This record gives sequence, structure tokens and C-alpha cells, in this order.
Amino acid sequence: MRSLLRWETALVFLLVVVALGGQVSTDGAFLSGGNLFYLGLDIGEIALIALPLTLVIVAGEIDLSVASVLGLSSALIGWFWNAGWPLETILPVVIFIGALAGAVNGLLVTRLGLPSLAVTIGTLALYRGLALVVLGDTAVADFPAAYTAFGTTPVPGTNIPYPIALAALLAVLFGIALHASSFGRSVFAIGANEEGARFSGIRVKRIKLSLFVLAGAVAAIAGVVYTFRFSSARADNGLGLELAVVAAVLLGGVSIFGGKGSLFGVLAGVLLLGGLRNLLILQDTSTEVLTIVTGLLLLVSVLAPSITRRLATLRKATT
Amino acid sequence: MNTRLVLALVVSGAVALTACGGTTKDSAGQNTGAPTGTAAADPKAPLKEGLKITFLPKQVNNPYFTVAQKGAEQAGTAIKSEVKATGPSDAAASSQVTYINTAAQQRQNALVISANDANAVAPALKTARQQGLKVVTFDSDAAPDARDVFINQATAQDIAVGQVKMIAEAIGGSGEIAILSATPNATNQNAWIETMKTELAKPEYANVKLVETAYGNDDDQTSFQKTQGLLQAHPNLKGIISPTTVGVAAAARYLSSSEYKGKVQLTGLGTPNQMRKFVQDGTVKSFALWDPSQLGYLATYAAAALASGQITGAEGEKFKAGDLGERTIGAKGEVVLGPPTVFTKDNIDKFDF
Repeated sequence: MRSLLRWETALVFLLVVVALGGQVSTDGAFLSGGNLFYLGLDIGEIALIALPLTLVIVAGEIDLSVASVLGLSSALIGWFWNAGWPLETILPVVIFIGALAGAVNGLLVTRLGLPSLAVTIGTLALYRGLALVVLGDTAVADFPAAYTAFGTTPVPGTNIPYPIALAALLAVLFGIALHASSFGRSVFAIGANEEGARFSGIRVKRIKLSLFVLAGAVAAIAGVVYTFRFSSARADNGLGLELAVVAAVLLGGVSIFGGKGSLFGVLAGVLLLGGLRNLLILQDTSTEVLTIVTGLLLLVSVLAPSITRRLATLRKATT
Repeated sequence: MNTRLVLALVVSGAVALTACGGTTKDSAGQNTGAPTGTAAADPKAPLKEGLKITFLPKQVNNPYFTVAQKGAEQAGTAIKSEVKATGPSDAAASSQVTYINTAAQQRQNALVISANDANAVAPALKTARQQGLKVVTFDSDAAPDARDVFINQATAQDIAVGQVKMIAEAIGGSGEIAILSATPNATNQNAWIETMKTELAKPEYANVKLVETAYGNDDDQTSFQKTQGLLQAHPNLKGIISPTTVGVAAAARYLSSSEYKGKVQLTGLGTPNQMRKFVQDGTVKSFALWDPSQLGYLATYAAAALASGQITGAEGEKFKAGDLGERTIGAKGEVVLGPPTVFTKDNIDKFDF
């Protein structure tokens, strides 16, 4: 726990360095209201999906199908809209279908005992395929301005984009669920030692299933946000986004082996990845360098916690 | 959590909402309100120096756009302005939005963009324009109310007339021809084919007879097989027009390795790099495509003219575009580059894309 706290301190420190360094090197453009607003819009979907995914990874599982669920939900919005459905009906139905997609993942993992990595690589392809069947390579774009404003304008009287306000609200809920409830304690227990958790009376399968359902539903919500942000419903929306989300969660100090992590760290990780990307683009860094930096950060995020842990044991041994 | 209860609530809520109606495709008013330039154009305004122009292709490291970028940089040097190329490594619908926002943050004067998705980039372009950025689209247009000027590579008329002329010359003015298109519902292809038919009805083409239009679905293998099919179905076929870069390359590959090489003529829209060996081995006499470097060049001049206040994007305004001469803005803010460039054995080695 102590080494983890230290990793989060390091993250906050890195965030401050990026913010100040960015501010100086871009002549104040980086921390300007306009740029922060765009930064917020850019990380909106990642922040949303990272919340339930943190719980999934803490419980020792993974869900790689989230970006495909986002694409499927976007494609369905376009399809239903073309069919003349009202948006007020489309949105709950699409979020429900997202939850169903999550339930399929969860059932395959809990009922058949399959590894979630394999299951969700499969459904990653399956859900994206379904999205393409639904909408093909066309785009639906004629959504009313009242809805697309959700993805492009700030909450009145503030500089906060709506998607970020939504993510903040959900972050509080997920934070309470993970860190201040018996449900959260069970999630940590499952990730740390599944057998032990089962023997101490935790309903492991039910909790895992509910986590996958949550991940699917929130990914569908992210699909709604994405569709209105670009006022474009497409089957290929969010292609490859799962890697950015997993990177942010791991950078946030969540152990890929389960049992360790905090939502606070993940939010810092999302901000750090998004902020760094924004800063590099603002400084005209080429796309290749951008990809390399993201890759290096991901490596660091997987290595750092284990290095700090070893250092801690080493220190204990020498004293 | 009782999942059955949640399910029941969601379903009943959805049904209730459907019943009372709501925001549907039919009820929603179209998003109108085109933000047109309010400032008046001053045709005598000098072209400003030191303008900052961002060049944003669909995708970086794409050969076609690298050539367009060279043209843009050439124009930038000529007008003493800084042209900076940037962009995403993938051509996904939304990848360009970050770069549009960044250009606005960097206080660039103008943005020259080929839109991956006409609508996905529109909100960001509109915001950027409100912040003073001038927006020129080229190659692929964005929603017309999200940009100032669109540089169109060629009109359907220019393309169709040119294709018919090339095949008629290649077959010596008489004989059966066929068209190998992309997909049956490709809007631009169908518009070209319609215009080709109108053109073929003219007296000078009285001896040229269009016998079939085949579809290769812009797939290499399918186009290859369709070419084979056309030749078997029409033993007297003298020529094929394939106005798609995938189709024309596949057809050329089939012809060059068959007994029909040099006997059945082929033309279409293709890139010089794809078609070079077929022009050199005599399979193809001539084909056409616009020159992407001229496209980037013209778009950059339009961006500079906008940023200098010479034009606002209104129909009828004129601006000078360096070596390409004076250009006039047409309906809907469109400027046409001109008839496609015709590539033959004589000039093909001057092009690399």
C-alpha cells in the first residue's frame, strides 16, 4: 500500500511537471481556458470507460471489448435514428444493449470459466463486426443541435465540458463503490486472492458479472458521448481506444495482476496521458514520436510499481 | 441489485418514451445557420507575408497527401508564409479533430484540410472559424457551412469528357467499349458514368458503342475477374474505361499478361506509380488523374487570400494562385482545380505518387 501511495505521489508530481513545463514551453497556451476545454473533451470517453475498467482490473480480470461496445453503441444510435426512433428512446435502449454486451462477456468468464483476456479479444472483434453489420461504412450525422451541444459545449457558467462533468459524477459514485463500501472490499479481495475470497463467503461470480455489465453500460454511454461530440454515428468510432484506456488505468498504478490500485491514481493517469498527448501535439511533435512516448509511458507504468516494491523490500532488508 | 427490476424499468421507460414521441429524425430541424463571412472582401488587399498555415491531410505518411503537401509547401515559400504539415497516422473519422483544435490554440491564420468525415470535423472547424481561423478544404470537402472555400480536384463533367476522349483516341474512333466501375452505388462513379453516356451520344462518337458497365467493387481480385469476364462476353471489345484507381490497375494487370495486350485499349483514373509499368510496356496509352501537388498549391493560395482579406469565399470572387493563374470562386464556395492531368509515356516519369 505504501509503495502504491508513492506511485500516486509520483503521478501527481509528473502532472505538475507536465503542466508547468507545458505552460512555459508553449507561452501559456497549454493551461489556457480554451486548451483545457479541448483537453477535457479529448479525454472524456477515456475517463468514462477507465472508471468501470479499473474495477474490472482490480478484480483480476480485463475487458478489451470496451471500444468495440462504444462503436456498436454509436452504430446502433445511427441505425435507430435512421429508422425514425426518438433519441429519448434510443439512448436508454443503446445503454441497455451495452450492458447486455458486458453481460455476455461476464457470463462467458464466470459461467464457462474462460479467461477474460481471450473472451474479450473475441468479443472485441465480434462487437465491432456487429457494428459494421448494423451501419456498414456509412455515417449518420443529422442529429439535432440540442444533442450535439452535449459533446461540444461547456456546462453553462463554467469551462467544464459536459462529458467531463458526467465523468466526474460517475467517478464519485465509482470511488465510493470501490473505496468505501463492502462491495469495493470484495472486489479487492477477489483480485488479491480469488480462492480466499470465495471461502470467506464473497459471491465472486456475481460480483465479476456485475463488473462486466457496468463496463459494457459505461462503454455504451461513452459511445453516446462520442457520437454527439463528433455528430457522427459510425461503426468505426473509437477504433483502438481500448489500448488508450488500458494504458491510462495501468499508468494510474492499478496492478495488471489484480488486487491493487485506486481510482484516484487512474484519474491522474488519464490526465497525464491526455495532457502529455495534448502538449506534444501543441508543440508539433510528429505522430511517430507521439506513439513512441505513449508506448514508453505504458512500459514505465507496468515497471514502476514493481520497481518501487522491490526497492521497498531492499530497504527493509538493509535496515 | 435486482437485475430483473432494472430490466423491467428500462424496457417500460423505453416503451413509454416511444409512445409519447420525442426527438426523431423527422421532427428535428436541420442544423442550419451557415456562418458565412461577414467581412467584405477587398480584392486589392495585398497578400500578407508571414502567415501561419496548417496543412492537415487525411493521414500523414500517405503518398498521395505527401505530394499534395509538397505543393502546399512550394506555395508557402512563394508567398513567404509558413506552411506546417501535421496530422493523425490513421484516417479514422474523428482523428483530425484534435489537430483542428490545436491549430486554433496555436493561433494559426489558416487551415488547409482534407476531411476524413465531412460531419465529424464540422463542429471543431466551426469553433476554429469563430476564433478567426480561415478554413480551406481540398480533395474531400467538409460540411459546406464549416469551411470558407473548397478546392475541388475536377468536375464530373471534366472527368467524364476526358475519359471518353482518351478511349476514343486509343481505339481509333470506332468500336465496342465497356466501363469497369467501383460499386454500383458509388455516387461519384455513377455521376461520371451518366455524363460519359451523354458525351457518347454526341455525333463525333457515333461509332463508339458502350456495351456493358461492370462493377469490380473497388476490390483488386474482383476487378481482375470482371475484366476477364468483359473480354469473354464481348469478343469484339476494343476498349475499357475504368474510372477508379483500383479497377484500372487490376484491368491493366490482366491485359498486360494476356493475349489482348495492345489489342484492347484501357484508360481510366489511376496514379502514375501504379500505372507506370503498364504505360511503359504498351498496355495503356494514356490515363488521367489530377495532380495532388497542384491541389495543395492552389489550396494554400486560397488560404492565404482568405487570411489576407482578398476573398471571403463568396461566389464570383477572384484571387491569384501563383503559377496556376487567376481563379474564380464558384457556387457553394467551390474552386475547381481544372481538367485532370493526362499521363502518357512522355510525361509519366515527372510524377511520383
